[in-house]
Amino acid sequence: MNFDVLSFLVFAPAVAGIIVLLLPQQKWLARFAALGAATLIGGVAAAVFFAYNAAAPDFQMVIQSQWFPLLNADWHIGVDGISASMVLLTGLLTPLAILISFEIEDRVNTHMALILFFASGLFGVFVAMDMMVFFLFYELTLVPMFFIINQWGGPNRKYASTKFFIYSLGGSLGMLLAVQLVGLTAGTFSIPELAQIWPNFTGANGTFLGIPIQTVKGLAFLGFFIAFCIKVPVWPFHTWLPDAHSEAPTAGSMLLAGVMLKLGAYGFLRLVIPLFPDVWIADLNILGFVTNWSTVFAFLAMMGVVFGAFAAFGQTDIKRLVAYSSVNHMGFVAMGLAVAALTYGQAWRDGTSEHMQSAILATNGAVLQMFNHGLTSAGMFLLAGAIYHKTHTRDMTQYGGLWVRAPIYGGIFIFMSMASLGLPGLNGFVSEFLVVRGSWSVFTALTIVSMIGLLFTGGYILKGIRAVLHGPFNMHWKDTNLEIDLREFIAIAPLLVLILLTGLAPNWILNVINASVTHVLTTAHLVAGGM
Amino acid sequence: MEATFPVLSMIIFIPIIGAVIILFMNREQKDLIRGLAIASAGLCFILSLFVFLNYNSQVEAITANQAALLEAGDTSTGTQMFKETLAFEEKVPWIEKLGISYHLAVDGLSAPMVLLTGMVAVTGVLISWRIDDRTKEFMAFFLLLVAGVYGVFVAVDLFVLFFFYELAIFPMYLLIATWGWVKLREYAAMKLTLYILVGSVVALVGVIAMVITADQFFQNAGAEVFAQAKASGILTEDDRTFSFGMTSITLAAENGAFDVVGYAGIDGMTFAKLWFPLVFIGFAILAGVFPFHNWSPDGHVAAPTAVSMIHAGVLMKLGAYAALRCGVQLLPEGAQVHLPWIVFLTLINVVYGAFIAFRQRDFKYVIGFSSVSHMGLVSMGFASMNIVGMTGAGLQMFSHGAMTALFFGCVGMVYDRAHTRDIPSLGGFIKVMPWVGIAFIVGGLTSMGMPGFSGFIAEFPIFSGMWAASENVTLTIGSFHLTNYYSIIVIIAALGIVITAAYVLRVTATVFFGDFDRAKYPDVGDITVRERFILVFLGAPLILLGVYPALMDPMLQAGMRPVLAILGLA
Repeated sequence: MNFDVLSFLVFAPAVAGIIVLLLPQQKWLARFAALGAATLIGGVAAAVFFAYNAAAPDFQMVIQSQWFPLLNADWHIGVDGISASMVLLTGLLTPLAILISFEIEDRVNTHMALILFFASGLFGVFVAMDMMVFFLFYELTLVPMFFIINQWGGPNRKYASTKFFIYSLGGSLGMLLAVQLVGLTAGTFSIPELAQIWPNFTGANGTFLGIPIQTVKGLAFLGFFIAFCIKVPVWPFHTWLPDAHSEAPTAGSMLLAGVMLKLGAYGFLRLVIPLFPDVWIADLNILGFVTNWSTVFAFLAMMGVVFGAFAAFGQTDIKRLVAYSSVNHMGFVAMGLAVAALTYGQAWRDGTSEHMQSAILATNGAVLQMFNHGLTSAGMFLLAGAIYHKTHTRDMTQYGGLWVRAPIYGGIFIFMSMASLGLPGLNGFVSEFLVVRGSWSVFTALTIVSMIGLLFTGGYILKGIRAVLHGPFNMHWKDTNLEIDLREFIAIAPLLVLILLTGLAPNWILNVINASVTHVLTTAHLVAGGM
Repeated sequence: MEATFPVLSMIIFIPIIGAVIILFMNREQKDLIRGLAIASAGLCFILSLFVFLNYNSQVEAITANQAALLEAGDTSTGTQMFKETLAFEEKVPWIEKLGISYHLAVDGLSAPMVLLTGMVAVTGVLISWRIDDRTKEFMAFFLLLVAGVYGVFVAVDLFVLFFFYELAIFPMYLLIATWGWVKLREYAAMKLTLYILVGSVVALVGVIAMVITADQFFQNAGAEVFAQAKASGILTEDDRTFSFGMTSITLAAENGAFDVVGYAGIDGMTFAKLWFPLVFIGFAILAGVFPFHNWSPDGHVAAPTAVSMIHAGVLMKLGAYAALRCGVQLLPEGAQVHLPWIVFLTLINVVYGAFIAFRQRDFKYVIGFSSVSHMGLVSMGFASMNIVGMTGAGLQMFSHGAMTALFFGCVGMVYDRAHTRDIPSLGGFIKVMPWVGIAFIVGGLTSMGMPGFSGFIAEFPIFSGMWAASENVTLTIGSFHLTNYYSIIVIIAALGIVITAAYVLRVTATVFFGDFDRAKYPDVGDITVRERFILVFLGAPLILLGVYPALMDPMLQAGMRPVLAILGLA
């Protein structure tokens, strides 16, 4: 298409945000202006997704124009199936987050503008095909989210926002150096080109700047690995998340858990796996165990699944419970990615991998889980925010028996929780099943332990439902209107529909994802070289 | 390329004429004075923008020409490249006996600097709008300062460069000493002036030595080179062997005039090796190089807002610019020998400056030390001696100029209303001055190198250039060899970014967020439209350049390439 739709997606939210900032300080004007802009942009995002032709699984709608000539970094953007589904997710969640933010009364214009700026950053990361563009938007998303948490958040917001910002920024310092290293040695920042050049780069007689090339690659790998582990988040780099998620205002949590975490997973899939196939499968000696980074990653993923579930089980704060559930669910994403990493590495080295079919399943599961978790966590935070807005407490021990007074809310709460739990028929099941099925043959032991972790997922979800909805009704709320209101219902309705649809007929999105996942994994051997 | 219309002379003389007219006006007609001042500054800005855009449209052709010259690989390629990169050239013989001509031009590095000066001139006049005490003299001296700064950037004759360099220093003294912060102004003004004068005198001696040595070279060993250059058009007919012209000194430098071994009777010493530190550091004092940076924080703090803006925003870039032109370009072999240890001083600038900024209680001192810190990155970029690092240095000059002018503007706006600069006493100002708060946040994000803002666009190539240079540079002190020394410098400098982030966040959080004490600041109100214009005017380039670096990057590359070609490193 002639219209540069992807650049529009990246910049339109920012422009809309500036306009909203400059509008007169009238709440309803700002709210509807922001909602209108976000809905329009969401529509464009959906159009991009549906316009993606799964039969030609490589990057589409590609734009490449001069941007930073000094570094050979271009404004190089495009979507493939994986990014298209993430673009759809972002486009869907942004207007819903804005709709939920109608409950904000303080500095409405600025709040809405920040959400729109955040959306710009997210789109920028997902459509980036150039590593500099990727890095730029990846870092830039931190700024609006910092302010959203810091200014409109809960009682502990200053601590939460600062920890989130410094943790993420500090973690990506290694990535900054790695980006410089990779981009300059390869002479380009274009991700498709780098995937060809960098894995085969051996430096001048096996050294680079006098350091053995394996060490250099290992350090660059670590730079990316740690930065993205922080973002996903992968245990044990997750500790910024519970505070950030629980202290953020509802819209902030929805977007943070719904989309921002996926930036890390996307980074793994787009950058770390294609660029470091040799490092992922190289022998690693840890305390006498010979293993490799893929296995380490799978191990950390498993820990996230298990510990996330345990930690969620122990929470009394509803938002912290959902926050830890994010650690739990993203653990499955990480598990799928670990399988992809191992398989890609083997395929690059040997031309093929025995695990190719499993990897395709697992990676499909991981990407679908990214989308699904986006829906379910946004939904859970929306519900948590809804009840917080009415009761002004996040303490589940204060709730109790709300079902009686809020049956519709209760029904939606149970529905959303079941999706999060992975009930067959709802979306969570499809993606978790794919991941488990795919990683079974590759990381059997770790998968078994993760599935035990799934048991505890059921545990905390049911505990949450019981605490909020069942049991004796807390008389403290007898005069409060607890039922979900129309605005909140409209905000959550699209999520409910999509959750059910994806659970029963996932092919609408799985076709697109599968096309690109298969393409990425099965063309690994085409990257000339091997060790 | 000869100019048909003397745009550059106009840019220099409009402020001078404006200043002279203002000095003859009636001191009571303050509005008229201000009007004339803004008209002069505004006109200069428009002309600067014209020069910038016009040069921008030529950049592609110039770059292609540079590539062709490199392909051809003739002798004196660097000088020819330098000559052909110049635009809007004006040349008039001035003091013929001394080889001084009134020779102006812009190239890829000076065009953005000219634009920056225009921006800071306009915003400086606007922010000084409410100065009531001796408005006439203030505006006149400010315009003289602007003229001096412009002159340095467009000078292609070393004497002209010095002339305007000194012309810029003299009004600085008066502006700070008369309109500055009462507690510190006389001390700061005197310290600033003495430091800069001493530095420039040292550099001047070096430059004169260069001119004499070049003359001797052209008359003896380099006679053929001289004749060839005249024939091929690098030098014009009336150029003499004794000349202050940058082109002819560059010609001499490229052909080894300053690399004759056994200079001053010392074994292994060349002219370049001896004089480079003196010339480079002499000028770099104005850029705030450690340990001669001491004048800068006091100078920043004591000066009135507009002067701080032009001081940190443009004047310090003058020092870096002159250090590049007279030091690196004209004494390239000296640069190669000495920059490896000078870069260590710049590292101290970056890290130490950041630490000190972190400790300050006075809002303006934080910004002052942050300037010292960021200017270290400029010199670090020069030290990398490759196109990536040096272009990064150029980008940092522009980006930091706009950013620090924005910072000082914000500080000035807060101080004007709160009458205090003590950070712990301030708080919650974003509630009453949202524009200033947002502008400060934009500046803050730029200064910590947040991607999406021009600071990142500048710092990334500087660090990358240093990485790339790391292979070629080994630090040798006696028998101590340190390879990959630049990589270590980069890693430590990157830590400077973390400290920068810390103090920027701290200052922003304390001053702009938190609770606003209405009782302490009963009449603090929001800023005027004029002031909002200043913030947008300075803030917009930070975002524009951050999002679309191609706006300025090819131009700076074209400007830096001749310097590298002279060294044979292009």
